[in-house]
Amino acid sequence: MSLAHLEPILFAGLALVAAISGLLVVIQRHAIYSALYLILTMGSLAGLYILLEAHFVWAVQVLVYAGAIMVLFLFVIMLLNLPREDVPYARRDFRRILLAGGLASVLLVELVLVLAFRPHAGAAKVLTPGFGTTETVGRLLFTQYLFPFEITSVILLIAIVGALVLAKKHFS
Amino acid sequence: MPVSLIETLAVMVAKVAVVFGVLLLVAAYMTWVERKVIADMQVRWGPTRVGPFGLLQPIADGIKLFFKEDLIPSQVDRVLFLLAPALSVIPAMIAFAVIPFGGTTTLFGLLPHPITLQITDIDVGVLYVFGITSLGVYGIVLAGWASNNKYSLLGGLRSSAQMISYELSMSMSVVGVLLMVGSLRLSEIVRAQSGVAWWLPILPVPNWFLFSQPLGFIIFFICALAETNRAPFDLPEAETELVAGFHSEYSSMKFAMFFMAEYANMATASAMATTLFLGGPDGPFGPSPVWFVGKVFLLLFIFIWLRASLPRFRYDQLMTFGWKRLLPLTLVNLVITAVVAAVR
Repeated sequence: MSLAHLEPILFAGLALVAAISGLLVVIQRHAIYSALYLILTMGSLAGLYILLEAHFVWAVQVLVYAGAIMVLFLFVIMLLNLPREDVPYARRDFRRILLAGGLASVLLVELVLVLAFRPHAGAAKVLTPGFGTTETVGRLLFTQYLFPFEITSVILLIAIVGALVLAKKHFS
Repeated sequence: MPVSLIETLAVMVAKVAVVFGVLLLVAAYMTWVERKVIADMQVRWGPTRVGPFGLLQPIADGIKLFFKEDLIPSQVDRVLFLLAPALSVIPAMIAFAVIPFGGTTTLFGLLPHPITLQITDIDVGVLYVFGITSLGVYGIVLAGWASNNKYSLLGGLRSSAQMISYELSMSMSVVGVLLMVGSLRLSEIVRAQSGVAWWLPILPVPNWFLFSQPLGFIIFFICALAETNRAPFDLPEAETELVAGFHSEYSSMKFAMFFMAEYANMATASAMATTLFLGGPDGPFGPSPVWFVGKVFLLLFIFIWLRASLPRFRYDQLMTFGWKRLLPLTLVNLVITAVVAAVR
């Protein structure tokens, strides 16, 4: 048994953890636990990136999402000292169920469509040397995908300016 | 002769065991070093009773902590309370996996193939270390939250704010080095620092980034102090205001694990500073691991020295310093480095 045989097992394990903890994010009553399961989901996604040989994306996933954004989430939850929510179950709001069901079925149809008409069906392509390394990703970002990359940075800048404007409104 | 799978695995396991063991030993004995050095600076003796020069003190402390009663206060969140020390110590230990602590060796001809003195050399080495160490904050934050104690909670909150603020400057201070090397691989960064500085032909100055990126090194080291919660940035456990901060409610080995995590983090931060700015295991003569360990201990000594010399920051000072002083300085450093790198 070589290491290549391990890949489906690892994939199944990581995917299972990602899906289950993703579900738990929604089910948990306590915001802190939801945030923790979200971290677990992101961790297993990071593991999937490694299986895809995308090491740079793995590092960014851990560094940015698990290491920075989720710390900020926890910080805010702790600062507001959110209590345990013991309300659900009883409230069977019909409109909410309809909305959730509608969104879920759209997602399901989308998934089926992608699986049925995916462009590279069943093609196990050989990776080009240097695939997923920082250098390759960087080169692609600054050549082939330069325009979307710059658009993204402009959007982020707008978000920063927006946050500043909202925060300053209180003080003036 | 090709290297067999068994041999690769054996070498790997041996390297992991050695690095892990040494890291644990360093973490334990740093407590002794710290007490001795600070005692010396304050004209006291420090530990003297257990063994010669008090050398067995860490072992005695370890045994004592093992046999202490393991208290879990009522009203704590049990799962997170038990999980927090582990979450704190694990990232501190595994961050060391990509740091090169020597060149290649055959252990005086005992091994058939030369082995690299580094557990694994990955393409995103620098990002790996930053990513893993940034996870260390969860242990502290969750310990503070789960303890159901206002002092613990304040310690955890301070820690998360402090870590986020200083991580930014820390990563930015390293980008200067990365611009000069053109790789995130730690072995490449070490290789780029070998030899004598090309820009200073008169003196035989080693080509370490300490000399070409002095500002980067200073900022990196200050941020490392803040990231490891060491004085003067030890606000999360400021004993004059928060009892013991995030670990107020912890006793026995769970308390010891927070301690181990702090010292292992110090060792990792020093090793990272050595790799990025002090040429890693690079030295003019003699075996390379000795140089590496020597540089790491020099930095660890500075950690302790600063703790003995500086008073603690106030919280607003901490934030002002991080965001209004360090971050603009790293940006200036980055722009200058980028211009130089572009011209060259």
